[in-house]
Amino acid sequence: MAERKPIDGVTIEKTEKLIAETLANFPEKARKKRAPHVGANEPSASPCAVKSNRKVVPGVMSQRGCAYAGAKGVVWGPIRDMLHISHGPIGCGVYSWGTRRNMMQGIPGITSFPLDFTSDFQERDIVYGGDERLATLLREANELFPLNKGMSILSECPVGLIGDDINQVAKKVSKELDKLVVPCNCEGFRGVSQSLGHHISNDSIRDHIIGKFEFEEEAGPYDVALIGDYNIGGDVWAAKPILEEIGLNVKSIWTGDGEVEKIGATHSVKLNLIHCYRSMNYMCKVMEERWSIPWLEYNFFGPTKIEESLRAIAERFDDKIKANVEKVIEKYRPVAQAVIDEYKPRLDGKTAMLFVGGLRPRHTVGAYEDLGVQITGTGYEFAHQDDYDRTAPEMAKGTIIYDDVSEFELERYVEEMKPDLVGSGIKEKYVFQKSGIPFRQMHSWDYSGPYHGYEGFEVFARDIDMAINSPTWKLVKSPF
Amino acid sequence: MTECAVKKVTEHSPERVAEVLEWTKSAEYQEINFARKSLVVNPAHACQPLGAQMVAHGFEGSLPFVHGSQGCASYFRSTFTRHFREPSSATCDAMTEDGAVFGGQNNIFEGLENAYALYKPKMIPVYTSCMPEVIGDDLNAYIKNAKDKDLIPADLPTPFANTPSFKGSHVNGYDSMLRSILQNLTAGKKVEGSDNGKLNIIPGFDGNIANLREYKRILDLFEIPYTMLADITEVFDSGCHGKYNMYPGGTLLEDAADSINAKATVAMQSYSTTTCMKWIGEEYVGSSDVVDFPIGIEKTDAFILKLSELFDKPVPEELKQERARAIDAITDGHQYIHGRKFGVFGDPDYLLGIVSWLLEMGARPKHIICSRTTKKFKKQMQALLDSSSYGDGCTVYMNKDLWHLRSLLMTDPVDGIIGDTHGKWAARDAKIPLFRIGFPILDRVNLHRSPVVGYQGTINILTMIANKFLDIKDETCEDKWFEMMR
Repeated sequence: MAERKPIDGVTIEKTEKLIAETLANFPEKARKKRAPHVGANEPSASPCAVKSNRKVVPGVMSQRGCAYAGAKGVVWGPIRDMLHISHGPIGCGVYSWGTRRNMMQGIPGITSFPLDFTSDFQERDIVYGGDERLATLLREANELFPLNKGMSILSECPVGLIGDDINQVAKKVSKELDKLVVPCNCEGFRGVSQSLGHHISNDSIRDHIIGKFEFEEEAGPYDVALIGDYNIGGDVWAAKPILEEIGLNVKSIWTGDGEVEKIGATHSVKLNLIHCYRSMNYMCKVMEERWSIPWLEYNFFGPTKIEESLRAIAERFDDKIKANVEKVIEKYRPVAQAVIDEYKPRLDGKTAMLFVGGLRPRHTVGAYEDLGVQITGTGYEFAHQDDYDRTAPEMAKGTIIYDDVSEFELERYVEEMKPDLVGSGIKEKYVFQKSGIPFRQMHSWDYSGPYHGYEGFEVFARDIDMAINSPTWKLVKSPF
Repeated sequence: MTECAVKKVTEHSPERVAEVLEWTKSAEYQEINFARKSLVVNPAHACQPLGAQMVAHGFEGSLPFVHGSQGCASYFRSTFTRHFREPSSATCDAMTEDGAVFGGQNNIFEGLENAYALYKPKMIPVYTSCMPEVIGDDLNAYIKNAKDKDLIPADLPTPFANTPSFKGSHVNGYDSMLRSILQNLTAGKKVEGSDNGKLNIIPGFDGNIANLREYKRILDLFEIPYTMLADITEVFDSGCHGKYNMYPGGTLLEDAADSINAKATVAMQSYSTTTCMKWIGEEYVGSSDVVDFPIGIEKTDAFILKLSELFDKPVPEELKQERARAIDAITDGHQYIHGRKFGVFGDPDYLLGIVSWLLEMGARPKHIICSRTTKKFKKQMQALLDSSSYGDGCTVYMNKDLWHLRSLLMTDPVDGIIGDTHGKWAARDAKIPLFRIGFPILDRVNLHRSPVVGYQGTINILTMIANKFLDIKDETCEDKWFEMMR
């Protein structure tokens, strides 16, 4: 890959100075902890020097969530035909109810379950344990929601602390009801971020779901699975049709708008296509080891990356698919070009800074660049080293890379780098908008979407233009 | 499932789906639904630390601090930010697995030191989420030790509250944190024998900023000097000036400290201030009163009369005119609401206010759901219903949830549902309009900028509900019934 062109005014020296000045405000111990997590980008550096996946420094105002959030919100929640039970006190389930925008088909409460199921722990459960109530709860849930295809038990903090054995309960009730019941020990205190919740959930899928089902129909040469697309704002519905158009059969989706039995039958596909590497690479590796299913990372943000990805996918198949891919690229190029022609004139030369979860800080860079927007800083809430290694080459030299950035730091980095847009999460949004800086939520697509695929690119372009060029920003400065 | 058996991927037949869908609307289903003992589906309450954080935001330069897992803090912040569309700056000491073994003292130490150094707060209120409550951390000792080690200044106010998520709800967390902050700030400030002539006003857990502004406006009309305690007005409704200010408002610490010498304290809610008001009643120089949450004319009248009585001032002419305008509005508009049936859910104080208003409009509350409350609430609500013939045939459901409500809406439909955004699933299933009053509202803009309390709030609620009914009529009636006037 060709190295990015340097960005005007962005140099390694300036960025390092900014980082040093910012971290100088931290007490010594915290400064030492934070320093390895921020750096000026060296595109050719491998491994990337920025460290990651370590504990949050207490008190700095991290934007991270917890293992439960990674399990419930990210991996399990989008599986539409299961009941996902927030096992523990009331809050976790309430706060994560409907707040990720993983859209799903089905009749809510009948065949799909975007509801909040919880055991609403009381003090007596802490004292006497919640296992017995959990067993009752599972039976009640199965009776009231008979079309569920299974239940996941997602542990909140107290469950692991009081020594409950949800695995035993799950096993017993699963047998009794002849139903899939999956225990997931994703207590929020485990690990350092959402990331461990993804991993624990992948392990639960490995132990309880994958290989337990098979498709009615024969396996075909073009069977693939879509891994790590959570259908935020309908992303899956914009991505899957492209794969179908090039002649592939998308047999299952992990986990956006997902169906658990199809997920459990994924071991029959020929190739796993993975979008969010961070949250789902574990299962790709398991399927590779156990069933020799290869996997391929792809990127459906913006036409440049879509074309690159489609051609890489084609390489794994025969001439028929290769020819289809070229046809599809040709068909959509004018569509994408029309979007670029409309929006690039208004966005060319603008800059943006990103801070998102585990994928988008690198995967969306190409889509911004398609519109002429350069990324001057990026970073992740819960990425690992392999994510940063994949990020460095996507960013220009000297741009700032920050891991698990605190609010204090991000404010100062943005203040100094003066981007035209910040793309990050809900907690960060209004901090920057109060400063008159346009902002888009990049976890939830700011109640918009889809952003994947050709259809998504048009929505993305419209949203970025709307954010940066809205006439409302001109009114911030008062005449008196 | 049986070990090793591989099952085929299945699909439900459309007939089976239709059958189950119909069954979930039946009385038989309702019976099974109401018989459940362990499962909670779609609750309408949150956990204690959320309420504690609301209070902790409401003081000058105050930085809320969660002692517990990192994810808890992010959930509270996200919830407030989604509702208010404002920043919610709060920090956390990010306890992890080793905390379970060693306790959370080191986390508190580092957390307080870093939070103070970076964000320079004037106060750090500390409250707990599940983990330290289960392992039994000693907040008092830990915070004292942090000061002894000079990690934060000895004179930095660091009130703390134990707010276990497995007891009560967010309204209790509000109560505990407020009591703790006031105990901390007023310590040693009491002047015996005289009062400072001011009123303390406590809004309670309220996601409607315009309500707080409405109280202030009324007090200004009375020319009563006041201190609003846990004043989140500017914190969660700050202007966009092109420069971000992390601490845009809140009760001045000095005023909070002097609140112990006030002439009177009035809490606008009861269930979110129970222990705090008891303590104030015992410790503060002046009188202490809890008024009913003032939704509707009668409750607003009671609040106004209470102010007049406490400060021996006549009701200002402007308020008299305002009341008359509100009465004019409801006598003009009551016909669109009279006899209409409602399902209502939410926090105890909000529910009492809304139901009181419905009764005075001649509307018929039908199902009232409070998903976490006490028997006292049930009795109080029943007494309110018994006070009016329009309350006949209404049932109060305690510790029931919004999936119970769904059943009630199917078997015994109403014309409107009043509650927060979480009711939208049940409302859609039952094809009944949802009127968003309460917390949180995650799917509409600016409702927290329009008061529901006071005379003005009475007009606002009437406008919202009556016009929606009229919209529905215009949108759904047959052509022959479509007409110019309504």
